[in-house]
Amino acid sequence: MDIFLTLIQVLDSTIRLATPLLLACLAGLYSERAGIFDIGLEGKMLMAAFFSAAVAAVTGSVWLGLLAGIAASLVLSALHGFASITFRGNQLISGVAINFLASGMTVLIAQSWFKQGGRTPSLFGQGRFESAEFPYAIGPEDAELTGRPVSELMSEANVPHLVYSELLSGHSILVYVAFLMVPLTWWILFRTRFGLRLRAVGENPAAVDTAGVSVVGLRYAAVAICGILCGIAGAYLATALQAGFVKEMTAGRGFIALAALIFAKWRPWHAMGACLLFGLLQAVALRFQNIDLGGVVIPVQVMDALPYILTVVILAGFVGKAIPPRAGGEPYVKER
Amino acid sequence: MEKMPKWADVVLIPVISLLLATILSAIVILAIGEDPIEAVNLMVTGALGSTYGWGYTLYYATNFIFTGLAVAVAFHARLFNIGGEGQAMLGGLGVAMVCLYVDWPHWSIALIAAALGAALFGAAWAAIPAYLQAKRGSHIVITTIMFNFIAAAFLNYMLVNVMRPQGSQDPATARFPEAVHLPTFQSMFSSAENIVFRGAPANISFFVALLACVAVWALIWRTRLGYEIRAYGHSETGAVYAGISPVRITIVAMLISGALAGLMAINNVMGEAERLVLNSTEGAGFIGIAVALMGRSHPFGVFLAAILFGFLYQGGAELALWTSIPRELIVVIQALVILFTGALDNMVRMPLEKLFLALRKGSA
Repeated sequence: MDIFLTLIQVLDSTIRLATPLLLACLAGLYSERAGIFDIGLEGKMLMAAFFSAAVAAVTGSVWLGLLAGIAASLVLSALHGFASITFRGNQLISGVAINFLASGMTVLIAQSWFKQGGRTPSLFGQGRFESAEFPYAIGPEDAELTGRPVSELMSEANVPHLVYSELLSGHSILVYVAFLMVPLTWWILFRTRFGLRLRAVGENPAAVDTAGVSVVGLRYAAVAICGILCGIAGAYLATALQAGFVKEMTAGRGFIALAALIFAKWRPWHAMGACLLFGLLQAVALRFQNIDLGGVVIPVQVMDALPYILTVVILAGFVGKAIPPRAGGEPYVKER
Repeated sequence: MEKMPKWADVVLIPVISLLLATILSAIVILAIGEDPIEAVNLMVTGALGSTYGWGYTLYYATNFIFTGLAVAVAFHARLFNIGGEGQAMLGGLGVAMVCLYVDWPHWSIALIAAALGAALFGAAWAAIPAYLQAKRGSHIVITTIMFNFIAAAFLNYMLVNVMRPQGSQDPATARFPEAVHLPTFQSMFSSAENIVFRGAPANISFFVALLACVAVWALIWRTRLGYEIRAYGHSETGAVYAGISPVRITIVAMLISGALAGLMAINNVMGEAERLVLNSTEGAGFIGIAVALMGRSHPFGVFLAAILFGFLYQGGAELALWTSIPRELIVVIQALVILFTGALDNMVRMPLEKLFLALRKGSA
């Protein structure tokens, strides 16, 4: 039972840790499917994390915080679109600039507003996303009723009830939003006219242009969706996973999401799988540090590096080839 | 016929981009309630007002020359090496191994060996992404980003589990022996009655960096290989038609790039810290991108841009010391420079091109 409980707990934290990856990964999916490479996912998440925490701290409302986070991320998205769509600049360089801009501006503004060394005040109460308890799940209410800690009640529950209570129930609402985004993204991309055009603009923009559909408009739409999703991802980090913003709190998650996107070969359901896998790696690294497999010790750094190593292997095409959208990274010029 | 005179392309556009970045930075400083003029004053006196300040400015500039050259060489082959950070980390590992595991009689021999070690390790770290790009078409930007993270994890492992001296809690190697300590500017330029550069970390590697600038210039514009790299960067199909192998150029350009990024370690690891610590590169690999973009991938431009960023770094540290402006202001300026000189290049270029065309019509 103990091992099983541990397993469930690790899976539970996998879901929590996979959520920001998944949101950012889907964000990148829209952008890259439309032919706009985005290595600025990290920066957009970071900016959103700061503004959501800052506004939530000032107003005491996490929903206003979420909106502010999305708005901040959208501003950076607009900048990326401006540079890479309107002015046909290098999308990769623009992404690099956005990452630095976010990393500098968040600390600068945080220091100027809160004077706490580049962080926001801790969030509590309405300033955070609370966990959504499902009906009949073991939660804080049962603990109050019986007067015993939740962990004790959990260890006594039967297996389905435990899975239901620990694994499925009790996450922040944004977690469910993230996982619902997966079928929604699939539906939008593969079952709607907008999705067809969006994918077409990433493969052959000239054909879309010939059909009389605006390439620029579609690409801006994709970049905007990317901004919204990165905004939710950042807000989740600062107001649900943790209580407040700290410097560089995204800690490379934007790049792991990018890795997951390649790992998933730009497909929504596979993106969920990849993000869960990378989330699991993070959860295991967090819980066990060095893992002893009967004499062979796997150091924690291997777990840290594994998402990146796996991505390089996939990119190398040794395990199925990852082929990006054909027009990815290329600015569209109407007449050559 | 060219749309613009060459001087406009080489001088005017970078200057205007820099001006835009400066104006925006001033607005940022104003927005956080500080005085931009006062800030510039502080930065100039702090970074350039004394030999001490210059000692720091040139120390930072040395790092940025190496990483800037690294990015520039790759740019000439139209490759975007974003992995300078990881390559510089590995370069540090190479330097540490050379300095710790071999008994050197004199620093000069040690410097040559350490430089070779740093270049070798840096190049090795660039080799896999280069091979994957050349042979398997894996996007070099993504693989080099991944290799930065893998390098960080690898270095962390090496420092915590392998190279950390017994009984030490700090994830760092032991101090390098006295014999391999490089001469600093203080010991090189001070006389008995006049001590200059007191306590500043600038050291002899600055001159190695200058040599590297000359070497890269000679390589790119005076050798057959450099010609091939530039030809490949201009047009892959043209280069193939001329019998230049894309695979060879991609790999060679990336190896040179990685070696240059790795070389940075003789400055920060051997010259300054005199041991290898975690995060010894402090983002210098990424600043190389801004430096190369600003310097238009020319070694002389890289040199000037590196001095500018050295000034910004030292000036930024002074600002953080004397005002409530955090060091991160420099990161913002760096981002703006990358944005304007790199991504928004066309925003500056298009109106200028129109202007020059109009002027030409007027005079004709």
